[in-house]
Amino acid sequence: MLDKSFIGSTSAPRAVEVEKGQLKFFAKATDETNRIYFDETAAKAAGHPALPAPPTFLMCLGSLAPDREDILGKLGIDIGRILHGEQHFTYLAPIYAGDTITLTTRVTDLYDKKGGALDFIVQETEATNQKGEKVGATCSTIVVRNT
Amino acid sequence: MPLTYDSVNVGDVLTEHASKPISRHTLALYCGASGDHNPIHVDSDFAKRFGMPDVFAHGMLSMAYLAQLLTRWVPQGQIRHWGVRFVAITPVHARVICTGKVVEKFEADGEKRVRLEINANTDGGLHTLAGEAVIALA
Repeated sequence: MLDKSFIGSTSAPRAVEVEKGQLKFFAKATDETNRIYFDETAAKAAGHPALPAPPTFLMCLGSLAPDREDILGKLGIDIGRILHGEQHFTYLAPIYAGDTITLTTRVTDLYDKKGGALDFIVQETEATNQKGEKVGATCSTIVVRNT
Repeated sequence: MPLTYDSVNVGDVLTEHASKPISRHTLALYCGASGDHNPIHVDSDFAKRFGMPDVFAHGMLSMAYLAQLLTRWVPQGQIRHWGVRFVAITPVHARVICTGKVVEKFEADGEKRVRLEINANTDGGLHTLAGEAVIALA
């Protein structure tokens, strides 16, 4: 049983730079063939000021942020027991290499199923760029295997 | 020619997008590139210790392939919101086959949009991701 008092708790804002090299590495790891995601000349020719972060990279920024909040540690969950349940994204503005994105994560729900055999952690992360513009949000559901 | 709202119909199917077989090397690269360092995806000793038969692919790797399905259809800036449920684990060596189809045309927030149903299946016939995406079309 997860400590439900964590519902509604919000992380301190975490700033993370969108690094050009990391975007190129992500493109390589995902076998990206669209050059705008790893070739700055192609990105600029397509009207982008720099390499754009691809659609799921917003979530990666949460993992790459140096001062990552450890919700699993706070809830006493071993990382070997988690699975990914759901992931949702909403976009308001593009994210580019060189941006500094500030993330704020809130625990929106904690619940269990199958008589406590599975616990669910739902977190919503909002992202703002260095100009103060909201660039998007992502919502994640993590499943914890208790058996 | 860019896709337009009027040229798209409910029932239209996106060009299927399939990954290469996901090797252990792919998983190591994705671990580093994504910042998801959970050892269960790259260390088979660790995976076995937690009751899994072997390492398995990050769900977000398959979601990245689904993102490619979308960005091959429209420029990324036209994606308004989207999401998936991870309905089964993707085993190592699987190819991920991404499909999508238009299920609704509508207007919201002063623009024309379509809703896509999107899915990922392995080449072994396992349904792994199910979701939807809302795309703006001029």
